Order: sequence, then structure tokens, then C-alpha cells
Amino acid sequence: MILEVKDLSFKYHNNRLIFHDVNFNIDSGEILSILGPNGSGKSTLLNCIANLYKPLSGEILLNGGPILKMNLRHIAQIIGYVPQTHIPAYAFTVREFTVMGRTPYIGAFKMPSRTDYKIADRALEQLGVSHLKNKAYTEISGGERQLVLIARVITQQPKIILLDEPTAHLDYGNQHRTVQLIRQLADEGYALIMTTHNPEHAIILNGKVAILNRKGMLGIGQSVETINSNTLSDLYGLSIKTIYIEEAKRMVSIVC
Amino acid sequence: MKKTNNNKNNLSSIDGEVISQKNEFFEFIRFQGLLWLSLLILIIVLGLSLAIGRYRVPFENTFRIVFSNIFTMETNWDSIQEAVVMNLRLPRTIAAIIIGSALALSGATYQSIFKNPMVSPDLLGVSSGASVGAATAILLGQGGTMIQLSAFAGGLIAVAITVMIPRLIRNQSTIILVLSGIVIGSLMSSIMSILKFVADTDTQLAEITYWMMGSFAKVSFKTMLPVLTTIFLPMIIILLFRYRLNVLSLGDNEAKSLGINLKTTRGIFILSSTLITASSVCLSGTIGWVGLVIPHTARMIIGSDNKKMLPIAMIFGGIFMLIIDILCRTLTSAELMLGILTGVIGAPFFIFILFKQRRQVN
Repeated sequence: MILEVKDLSFKYHNNRLIFHDVNFNIDSGEILSILGPNGSGKSTLLNCIANLYKPLSGEILLNGGPILKMNLRHIAQIIGYVPQTHIPAYAFTVREFTVMGRTPYIGAFKMPSRTDYKIADRALEQLGVSHLKNKAYTEISGGERQLVLIARVITQQPKIILLDEPTAHLDYGNQHRTVQLIRQLADEGYALIMTTHNPEHAIILNGKVAILNRKGMLGIGQSVETINSNTLSDLYGLSIKTIYIEEAKRMVSIVC
Repeated sequence: MKKTNNNKNNLSSIDGEVISQKNEFFEFIRFQGLLWLSLLILIIVLGLSLAIGRYRVPFENTFRIVFSNIFTMETNWDSIQEAVVMNLRLPRTIAAIIIGSALALSGATYQSIFKNPMVSPDLLGVSSGASVGAATAILLGQGGTMIQLSAFAGGLIAVAITVMIPRLIRNQSTIILVLSGIVIGSLMSSIMSILKFVADTDTQLAEITYWMMGSFAKVSFKTMLPVLTTIFLPMIIILLFRYRLNVLSLGDNEAKSLGINLKTTRGIFILSSTLITASSVCLSGTIGWVGLVIPHTARMIIGSDNKKMLPIAMIFGGIFMLIIDILCRTLTSAELMLGILTGVIGAPFFIFILFKQRRQVN
């Protein structure tokens, strides 16, 4: 098992418990979509797994070893993190930005080598954004920025990719392209964990689904079993129905 | 649909390889070209700085004087000319280059750490702390070395207090750090006002003011020597570590997720640039604008990648400081203070840069 999460709980300084008793594991080629209403702590959970926040209790095992005992560079060689797109303060070119994914492999006094740039170029090509290579990352569109971020995480060559709301701020077409891309990455052997506000995406990805409710409890299962009218209605406090649509050959969720 | 995509990718990969090699070559030439061109300009300005001044020394004599100290040559100039060039102009020329590049480097470093291109090296209160240190020493009637030492200590103490506040309130965010920098900075300027108020108006106040505006007039090899280690060592450290600055400038979470130990790395950069700024202030007083304007200019010309930007910014800093110093000692009969001209030239120059950038974006 590449990632095991055991009895994880978290709280911010002097605040309520955000989540508790979180247990799950994920292996190469698997996708876990985390669903939950605003403020339920999806991103906090993701940040805990990424080792950005320190959990209150419980442990996270990477390849069987506790993450807390590993050094940051080693963790970064296993876990890649795709933050929500934002515009950095400096206008790095797309190529300069992508090659920063190599940081965990570059010694403290070193610069990226020719090989590092080649790996970055290959990732940009794989995502079909090579033509942006010399453009400023700050001046490309939101959808392109998302692709470059994913190119950077591929450049990082991790085993697990964490994505924080990868479809936020994207138009309808780009949302679906991103979901397809995530599916493709799973087929290539990455383990992926992502947070999302759209249950449809979890249905399309057809992997594991974790539902984090307002009480900080996490329910987990295969998407086909977990996502149904009851769970969605409970989760978002609305009357939601899931219906099988013949043309799409899958379930679709509809607010009634 | 997948298949057509793959075909497309394969095609573009063949073209891409050629294009990327071409681009790499052009980029390399562009960087090397700019590097050598700016070094050449630096050398020319250095020559001018040795030759120009109130006391007239013929151009050719200037260079013969300098080279006569390296090679044996027959001497056909008077000793006053030699003293002016070797003991007055040479030390301040070298000091101007060192301080200019040091301030540009520490400014660029601060700007990356704090993810803000508008930050200058005195963000955490180094300069104002050093000013208080120097003014205290002046009030106590101390001489040159004590003033230097006290300025250095004042700068470091101010930054130490600034860095301690976020620890005390247990909030290690950058914003709190910047805020405490602002608080300590303004506390130091208030203390400065008190010190100025009690200073003797005829002698001490003038010295304090002179010191606060910055000048290379009193620089000699003797005053330069003690601060060279505390300037050069941190400079080398920053230059060696400079790729990490790129990653730090993306933000705390991203840097950490890319395997960077935030606390240590940021600590090393803050300590190094603080040492650089404190040492420069010790040598020449506080000089504004260089740390802000120069990195900005370098970034506009060569891009944001610190790998290329930092060396270019250092050379630009040296050139800028030398030109300012030449103007300071030639424009008026009495020598002007550096702070006046860096502001008068730096501010419009900065507006010009912002204007050009705006046009580029459009």
C-alpha cells in the first residue's frame, strides 16, 4: 500500500476539531475524490496528507513508513501537490516554473541541469502546452495555468498526486478535460487524491469516494456504492437525486 | 480521440526538440551577452570614477598611476595626483561597487522571500536599527570604529526583535513578520528623533544627518576591511543557494511541498541579507532606493529567474552606485550626500520602469 492514513484528526490552534478518526488507504492507479460542503475541511485534510499541516493525532504511512520520520525532500519525491491555481508574484516563464518540480532532486547549492529541463519539456509536451514554454506563467489563461501546474507535478515524478480543487475556476470544457486528465494519470500508475465540489466528477472518475461531513466524519467507499440520492442530499442539505442516463451510460446527479 | 492526440504530440515533439534547442541557445547568448556587456560598462564607469573629480588628474595619468602599483613603471607625475587617485578615489570607487551590488543582492533576496517586488532590504528594520546604533555612538562621543560597530549591532538587534515578535505571539506567517518589521522600523525612527532632539546642534546633529543620508566620502581601505567578511560571506551563500529563492517566491505551501525546509532556508536568507545590509550601512550610512530599483530593472531585462537575475542585478547595482557617487562629488562644489541623489534619480527612474512595464503588458 503506497499511502495509509490511520485515525487522523486535526484541529487549528484553539478551535474545534475539523475532522477525526479518518482512516483510508490508496494504492498506485487508484483515485480518491474527497467530497464535502464548504468549510468541512477537505483542503485541510489534503494539506495534512501533503505534510503541510501537522495532524493532532493519528499517523500517515508512505510505503509503510511514518511520514513524520521522513525528511521533506524524500516526501516530495513521493508526494506531489497541485495547489489551487494562483498567480505568483514574479513572472517566471512556463518552462522556468515547470522545472521547479525538480527541486526535490536538486542539491541545495545546485541549479536544474540539462536533464531536469528535458524532463520538464517532456511533461509540457505530454500535456500539450509546449507552445507556452517561453510565455510568462502570470500571463497565460487559468485553464493553461492548471495544465502547467499538472505538468510541474509530473516533472516532480511522484508516486502520489494530490490536487486541491483542480476544477475550480475552470470553464465547463476545461473542467471535463481536467477530469479526463486525472483518469489518464491514474491509468499511468499514479495514485491520485483530489478534493472537489462536483459529485459528477467523482462519478465520472469512478474510483474511491470519501465524504467529509460537517461533523468531521469521513465515510469512504467505491463511488458507485457511496454516491446516491441519500448521501448527496444529506451532505449538501438539498433534495438531490441520482438518475441513470442511458446516453451517458452512467449516473447523473440532479438537484430537484 | 486519444489516438489523434498522440499523433499530434509526436509531431510537435519533433519540432519542439529543435525549437527548444534553438531557444536555449538564444537564451544562453542573451544572458552571456548581457552579463559581459554590463561588466564592460562597469569597468568603463570604474575608470571614469578614478579619473573624474574636483582635483584634476589627466586621464592617462590616472591609469598609469593605477598600473604603476601593479607593474613597475617610471613615474612622471607628482605625488598629490597619486595620493588623490590611490588613497581617495580608489577606495570609494571600490566601496561604491561593493555596496551597490550588496544592496541590490539583499534587496532581490528580500523580494523573493517576501513574495513582493516592492520590498526593500530595510523591511525588517535593519537600516533604522543601524541608524539608531550609529547615532547613539555619535552622541556618546565615540570615534569611527565604534560608530561602525554600534551601527552593525543596532541593525542586527532591530532585526532580532522583529523576528522574535511572531514567535512570541505564535503566529509564524509572513504578514505578521512584515507587520512587526514595520512596527520596529517606526519605533526605531521615533528613537532616532529623540536622539536628534538631544544631539548637539553644531557638531553631533550634523554628523548624524550626514550619516543618515549616506556617503562614501570617509571610506578608506582601513574602514572597509572589517566589514568585507560580513559582506562577502553572506553574498557567496546567497549566490550558491539562489535557485531556492525561485521556489520560495512561489509561496510557503508550494515551497514546502517541493521539499524545501522553510524555516531553515528562509532563516539562512534573512540572516545573510541582514548581515549584508547592516555591513553596508556601517560603511557608508543608509542608502535608499538601490535595493528596490535595481532588482526591478534587472528583472525587467533578463526575467525573474534568480539564477540569471541575481548576478545581473549585482553588476547593475555596482554601476548605478558608481554613477551616483560620481555625480555626488562633481555636481556641486560641496559634496552631495548619496541619499539625495539615489532618491532624485531613483524615483523618476522607477516610474519610468513601471511605465515601460505597463506598456509591455498592454
